[in-house]
Amino acid sequence: MLEVNHLKTQIETNEGIVKAVDGISFRVNAGETLGIVGESGSGKSVLAHSVMQLNPKPPTFYPEGEIIYKDRNLLTLSEKELRKIRGNEIAMIFQDPMSSLNPVFKVGAQLEEAILTHQKISKKEARKRAVELLQDVGIPDAAQRMQSYPHQFSGGMRQRVLIAIALAGNPKLLIADEPTTALDVTIQAQILDLLLGLQKKYGMAIILISHDLGVISQMADRVLVMYSGRVVEEGTVNDIFHRTAMPYTWSLLRSLPRIDGGHQRLIHIEGHPPNLLAPPKGCNFAPRCPFATETCLAVDPALSPRGEGHQAACVLTKEEFNEKKKEWEAVKMEGVR
Amino acid sequence: MLLQYTIRRLVSIIPVLLVVCVIVFLIVHLTPGNPAYLILGEDSSPEAVAQLEAQLGLDKPMAEQFVDWLKNIVTGDLGESVYSSEPVTDVIFARVGPTFSLMLTSIVLTLIIAIPTAIFVVWRRHTVLDPLFTSASLVGASIPEFWFAMLLVLGFGVAVPIFPVAGYVPISAGVGGWLHHLLLPSIILATVEVGLIARMLRDSMLESVNQDYTKTARAKGLKESTVLMKHVFSNALIPTTTVVGLTIAGLLGGTVIIETIFTIPGVGQLLIDSIHRRDYPVIQGVVLFIAVVYVLVNLLIDLLYALLDPRIRYD
Repeated sequence: MLEVNHLKTQIETNEGIVKAVDGISFRVNAGETLGIVGESGSGKSVLAHSVMQLNPKPPTFYPEGEIIYKDRNLLTLSEKELRKIRGNEIAMIFQDPMSSLNPVFKVGAQLEEAILTHQKISKKEARKRAVELLQDVGIPDAAQRMQSYPHQFSGGMRQRVLIAIALAGNPKLLIADEPTTALDVTIQAQILDLLLGLQKKYGMAIILISHDLGVISQMADRVLVMYSGRVVEEGTVNDIFHRTAMPYTWSLLRSLPRIDGGHQRLIHIEGHPPNLLAPPKGCNFAPRCPFATETCLAVDPALSPRGEGHQAACVLTKEEFNEKKKEWEAVKMEGVR
Repeated sequence: MLLQYTIRRLVSIIPVLLVVCVIVFLIVHLTPGNPAYLILGEDSSPEAVAQLEAQLGLDKPMAEQFVDWLKNIVTGDLGESVYSSEPVTDVIFARVGPTFSLMLTSIVLTLIIAIPTAIFVVWRRHTVLDPLFTSASLVGASIPEFWFAMLLVLGFGVAVPIFPVAGYVPISAGVGGWLHHLLLPSIILATVEVGLIARMLRDSMLESVNQDYTKTARAKGLKESTVLMKHVFSNALIPTTTVVGLTIAGLLGGTVIIETIFTIPGVGQLLIDSIHRRDYPVIQGVVLFIAVVYVLVNLLIDLLYALLDPRIRYD
């Protein structure tokens, strides 16, 4: 349904050009959930905003690649044609529900606006539809709450309203950019449940962006792991979590706290993500990779297959990688003793 | 909710007005010079002066005088003009029309120019228009009113005489003549204020342009013009309103100069004349009047604020 080919998104800054998205390709099939995971600054958000063309332009520009939706390249569409897609075919919800609703307009008005932008119906019908949407996203007393202002809602409720706004045009694809990051854990679970339920009801595909592997494993069918503007591993949830083929993904998984782990110090990934103004030569992750060799610092590995629909960007083969992991575990056990 | 807020704000201006009264009272009473001498003339006998002082209550302790004065103010009695012997309130109210007219035309002119300019500049924010506008607004805000006034009088009153250079026609004598006389002074007052307000609105809008709610609006598929005029503008209006309020209040000061230059018989001119005549009750009255208008304008702005920003209303 959506196909992104070799997309590059770059941002002009005073210090130089930031390669926020550096040649990414992926596809989203109808009705599925694609998880995009990576640490802060890996380019997840910029990628998501690129699909909707919501990055401020300038300073953002797209020197290469294409975003194909329904046989049309979104990058070459006029602003007018894009508007017909935004909120109608592809909708988006954002990270911070506290600031994503306009504080000076009533919630109902903001929802009606989203409905009336793409549907030629009367104001009265739009109001009725808005109440239905609010009910769909689980807001009690929906009809009365239409008259409330955003500041009278809690964070979780605001995110529900924003989801309702996103659903207003019956989108085929919903891009959720860290939808639960700003919420506490209980509310987070409620919102994720809600998204799963609505996905079934509305039959839409979801691109779910998160730095939280737990959220991704719970929600996604397939996963992209991003690092410094690139996809370093792609596969099904099982591929990523159980047949990990890239040291970065492996490091991310290792850094998760374990509920059965006892009193262990959390393991973190040493170092910092590379400076996107001047990415290192060779593999971007090499400077932080526990398995890096001379080759890694010189050669930039492309994505290569590890199984059906499973790819990773690493010079190590599956067998070599498994060997290295074993060695590492052994050394670690040694250290514990 | 809004009513409650209004009442609360109304009550809260009482202490402000009280402080204003104290200051106005002190200004006059701490100024060197004895009003009794002034009324009777330099050569008057000490006995006569003492008698008049007693008659005017000037021999009483300061606090007592203040309370007496305050009582009179509350009943609407500001005393009599030393110059014309008319009640000060009458003297002032006779001059209110021209001043308010001038303020009204100036602020309307300011907003008509400032708001579209700011929106247009924000709409074209990535072009050379923006730095150009920033410089222009700085120049506008820095122009001394009296100098610009003389320049415009020379240009449009003398060289190309399309505007009258002086005088005032009340609105009751026809809107055309009223506007014709007020336009040149209004342009001068507006020039300074346009720079300030347009700049403030531009800054607030630019701040709002990349906010999350603006992104939500764009993600809905709204036109950029709708995003700017509705979502960005409505939020940027909130901080700008404060500046508009200060501007309206500041116009009162501006009118003093402009009324003098264009001989518009307003409150500002009355103030200048009264100072020349050492007409203390009138000076006191005018200062008090300006202060009260200032406070009321601010109150009005506060209420407007609550209308614009629902978060304030419910606090």
